[in-house]
Amino acid sequence: MHKMQPIFGCTLLVGALLAGAQQPAATSPAAPAANSPAAPAANSPAAPAARAAPRFVVVIDAAHGGADNGARLSDRALEKDLVLTLSVRLRSMLGAHGIYVITTRESDAAIPAVNRAEAANHAGAAACITLHATTSGSGVHLFTSSLTQIPATRFLPWETAQGAYAEQSLRLSSEIDTAMTHAEIPVTLGRTALQPLDSFTCPAVVAELSPLHGAATVTQLSDSAYQDRIVAAMAAAVEQWQHDWRQQP
Amino acid sequence: MISRTQRILFWTLLVSSVLMSIVLLRMRERALDRLLASAETMPLNPPAGRPVQSVTIMIANDMDGSLQPAYQNLALPLDDNARAHVILQHLIADYSRPSSKHPIAANKGVNEIFFMGLPADATHTSPGTVAIVDLSGSFVEAHPSGIEPETLTLLSIIGTLHANFSQISQVRFLVDGQQRDTLAGHADLTRDYLASDAPGVKHL
Repeated sequence: MHKMQPIFGCTLLVGALLAGAQQPAATSPAAPAANSPAAPAANSPAAPAARAAPRFVVVIDAAHGGADNGARLSDRALEKDLVLTLSVRLRSMLGAHGIYVITTRESDAAIPAVNRAEAANHAGAAACITLHATTSGSGVHLFTSSLTQIPATRFLPWETAQGAYAEQSLRLSSEIDTAMTHAEIPVTLGRTALQPLDSFTCPAVVAELSPLHGAATVTQLSDSAYQDRIVAAMAAAVEQWQHDWRQQP
Repeated sequence: MISRTQRILFWTLLVSSVLMSIVLLRMRERALDRLLASAETMPLNPPAGRPVQSVTIMIANDMDGSLQPAYQNLALPLDDNARAHVILQHLIADYSRPSSKHPIAANKGVNEIFFMGLPADATHTSPGTVAIVDLSGSFVEAHPSGIEPETLTLLSIIGTLHANFSQISQVRFLVDGQQRDTLAGHADLTRDYLASDAPGVKHL
């Protein structure tokens, strides 16, 4: 596994920001319906438990932006534009299912990796999905951090905070893998060293989308039907993850 | 009238000058011979007289994200750095073929490779060697952008080095002698990679 970065001089995260108890940023661009789940009745016996229950929040991180174009997918298509489009579509689909979504980028703006990780960590997200795209390979490449599992502590080194969530991230990756397989989209699994992934304090997966190579044809990423399949499979995986997440003690 | 002493002095100086010129010319010839001899031993081409060795090259495949070992017989120089350079050049040349499953446009590839021993510490009595791979700028410019292709390239280089030089425990990357953040926008080049990061590497 990769060499751990030195801890000294690092920014420290405070207890993974109380693991989901915090409200997401007020500037969240999620759909209004997703932003306003029904409040429990004040005099209901179940109200205290409902208030204490952490909210299921998903962070969608569209990679690149601004001067950072990412990969050139074709003469006219750039990675930064495609992943932004897919991020918005996935946010809408999850919002329609009542899932609270925070996106790290809503326009063609350069967002530093540290700000992306801050947004995700402040939200106390139950799942963080970073979207990338490439012209190499086929289907969807799912990456989790190459960091090894470390015990979750109140203070985590910024550069390797994801280590505390390594096993959960692998489970989330497996969930997305299953959903993609059901959608007949080939998946390759891998681990990589990437920022801001290694600083996320949430189960985190990087989904890198690539053209679909069939026996005789190649479906490009610009194909809207292919995009629909990817977004639908991703949404199904998140819904399943939400179900699993609610079963956890 | 020139005195006899002055004539002797003149002839002595003349003979000395001629002798010194001959000695200098001879020394120059020897220096040139040494230079040519050292140039001939530079590891740019495999020495014809050396026996061929079997080397393992870890070939990346973008379609399934795998690394598969391929075995080649190559005549290699004796020096470790030079051997590693030749082996990696073969790896990168393989990627520039039209039939490659991990295509990278033809380029210079690797500038140089240096092996550097790691200091022993309390936890590692034999900490191994770090290989510093200096990639060429043309290789980086020609490299396709994406997490998978970039990660596979790094892992195939790490795996190939580890498969042929078991003493390597870490690999570090430079581009034209300078540190660079990423290979082509994704894979991190600022960290030291452990040789064990590359999957599927087995020592025979």
